[in-house]
Amino acid sequence: MALQTNKPLNGRRRGQSKRDQATLQNGVVWTITAPFALYLADQTLRRSSAQVRSEEAKMLGIVSRKVLGQSLGRIRPAVWALRNYSSAEKQMTVRDALNSALDEEMSADPKVFLMGEEVGEYQGAYKISKGLLEKYGPERVLDTPITEAGFTGIGVGAAYYGLKPVVEFMTFNFSMQAIDHIINSAAKSNYMSAGQISVPIVFRGPNGAAAGVGAQHSQCYAAWYGSCPGLKVLSPYSSEDARGLLKAAIRDPDPVIFLENELLYGESFPISAEVLDSSFCLPIGKAKIEREGRDVTITAFSKMVGFALKAADILAKDGISAEIINLRSIRPLDTPTINASVRKTNRLVTVEEGFPQHGVGAEICMAVVEESFGYLDAPVERIAGADVPMPYAANLERMAVPQIEDIVRAAKRACYRSTAMAATA
Amino acid sequence: MALSTSFRSNLIKPLTALTALSSTQHLRRPFSSSADDSTVLTIETSVPFVGHKCEPPSRNVETTPKELLGFFHDMALMRRMEIASDSLYKSKLIRGFCHLYDGQEAVAVGMEAAITKKDCIITAYRDHCIYLGRGGTLVECFSELMGRQAGSSKGKGGSMHFYKKDSGFYGGHGIVGAQVPLGCGLAFAQKYSKDETVTFAMYGDGAANQGQLFEALNIAALLDLPAILVCENNHYGMGTAEWRAAKSPAYYKRGDYVPGLKVDGMDALAVKQACRFAKEHALKNGPIILEMDTYRYHGHSMSDPGSTYRTRDEISGVRQERDPIERIRKLILSHELSTEAELKSIEKKIRSEVDDAIAQAKESSMPEPSELFTNVYVKGFGIEVAGADRKEVRGVLP
Repeated sequence: MALQTNKPLNGRRRGQSKRDQATLQNGVVWTITAPFALYLADQTLRRSSAQVRSEEAKMLGIVSRKVLGQSLGRIRPAVWALRNYSSAEKQMTVRDALNSALDEEMSADPKVFLMGEEVGEYQGAYKISKGLLEKYGPERVLDTPITEAGFTGIGVGAAYYGLKPVVEFMTFNFSMQAIDHIINSAAKSNYMSAGQISVPIVFRGPNGAAAGVGAQHSQCYAAWYGSCPGLKVLSPYSSEDARGLLKAAIRDPDPVIFLENELLYGESFPISAEVLDSSFCLPIGKAKIEREGRDVTITAFSKMVGFALKAADILAKDGISAEIINLRSIRPLDTPTINASVRKTNRLVTVEEGFPQHGVGAEICMAVVEESFGYLDAPVERIAGADVPMPYAANLERMAVPQIEDIVRAAKRACYRSTAMAATA
Repeated sequence: MALSTSFRSNLIKPLTALTALSSTQHLRRPFSSSADDSTVLTIETSVPFVGHKCEPPSRNVETTPKELLGFFHDMALMRRMEIASDSLYKSKLIRGFCHLYDGQEAVAVGMEAAITKKDCIITAYRDHCIYLGRGGTLVECFSELMGRQAGSSKGKGGSMHFYKKDSGFYGGHGIVGAQVPLGCGLAFAQKYSKDETVTFAMYGDGAANQGQLFEALNIAALLDLPAILVCENNHYGMGTAEWRAAKSPAYYKRGDYVPGLKVDGMDALAVKQACRFAKEHALKNGPIILEMDTYRYHGHSMSDPGSTYRTRDEISGVRQERDPIERIRKLILSHELSTEAELKSIEKKIRSEVDDAIAQAKESSMPEPSELFTNVYVKGFGIEVAGADRKEVRGVLP
């Protein structure tokens, strides 16, 4: 194991809360420890995470050795062990968070049903709906043919009648085949009927870039759906977000677009007992300040929150304290929280994976200019995907989506600390 | 048009029917038989039904004097309403789109006679008469068309967006073909809720070629949903004749593995028989397609004269030979259920009802400015919204 000498043993920086530390850990962090302590801690870890897994497994009605073996293999030994040993916090992947949220909401309300391609017998294209067919049967977990326009219309019609469908798109790229039903049949109906026809439906699925899937499978739809009145658009980052926002979406009486991220499904996040409770719910329309800061506000959603948090670590080394806002809700946008943050830091960087033109960042910039122009000490910076269809070659793909260094560079520019300026000084 | 009738009941001999009926001067004929719901008449439809993958129902339809007079009244009301809407549109009180249903009334009334308000109907934009049939009032119709508060959608929908959820009417849709998957979704929900009711998803010959229709039909057939797809074939999709748009204009056969029935849509009794047959079928066996052979006298909408792609002879020919109201009038008169004079007075009464409703609708106020921001969501969380000038007009979503 490698040494890292400038960190205290528990991996936390001074003044940093346990939760901050927990959310920063996306990669492997190595630390020095005596081999015996390591072994002891490792044993404790295995028992406690096994406990977590078996609790979840019971909750989901799954008894599967394979699941246990897989999850154990994913956990990094030392630092997790130490943290678990000290804080006894559970870990949950985004996938399990979504699965448990679906399970609990279907259990609580018989009107909730799931439909989409491969959600039933295949256990979900990304295994989000694993175990649900066995538990709830084919009337409530429907495998549909590959006909988005048809089955989305059927879902919306069922919502008109009063059921609560959860329609899964295998990716949101395919939602374009059904977009007429999402916008014209779902979003606008309550308004056109002056409240007679409400549409309590959730459209969910992976959104945005994955890895090497090419132009037709990589688009981010946050800006498109986020511009439409009548829709609510949510995008979770962590497992807590995933659980809380999906539950809120299913309970909400309006049509909700729920933008997940394929690459986050396997990510583990610490999760408290409160979040695991079946009544846990997050409010729609409220952003979360993932990390407090004083010098620059960075807004992000979904996978970019993780990148922004890492960028914040790098910026901290240069003495720039970044405040990271996890939007959670694209529509309604939590402009009060964003404005309050900008009024504190006076600088703003917006981060998104999608196309820049008419994007989420453009909207946030305008919202801040409208409310807090006088507080801005620098032009608003915007980091977004490249203005090109997503290429396949790995080097080009890397250039087409924001990287951590892009966020760092933009934040420095907003703070007038970019290296180009330093060179001329 | 051959009308052969047979009396199944001997109650309808003129002289003996005096007892059951209301008082009038002409005592020798039981013309005020609007209350007579017990006499059963059996009437043959104009043409036999043609089935696709199903045994068509009999062309002998049972009805009562009350029902026939009801048909006459309801269709005459619908006809009068649509013609009045034409004038209102021309005097610019109705704006935007206005798609009129006159000529097709038999489909609306025949369907209502076969079903309950717990069954659902969903249609496209030619929806004024369907709304009326589902229990909507004239004032609500005219108010909505003129964009007033008293309208069925409080003035916020317009001609194409009438809804009456409490009577199972789910609109009123502007996007051609979209209503068919939505209708299959309603049927799905009915089956899921074990309601033993059905949904009639109506569409035109233009929409019949839409891909999403076949997608929804496939799913409905896989799941045996109680969905009845009703193609109101008025032979023109806007300005395009059916033979120019469809390689196979036999719309009742287009379901392929789904059974279908071709019906004379200008014959209210045939429509009633077909809808009753379809409801029974759908509850047991899943989806079925009904093709109603019908005709619209107006153009596609008010901006279409309707005579550039059809001849005036064709239009007047249908009016003379197949008009649905005239058919019922002839039936009523030949069975001596009423007199010419009575029927004319019913029509006169309808005319004044319609005029009163228009006057009342004109009096109704436009929606309050604050209504701009209502009903965007069911649950708005008090979010702030803005009008065109964001610093000038602001609102809160309730």
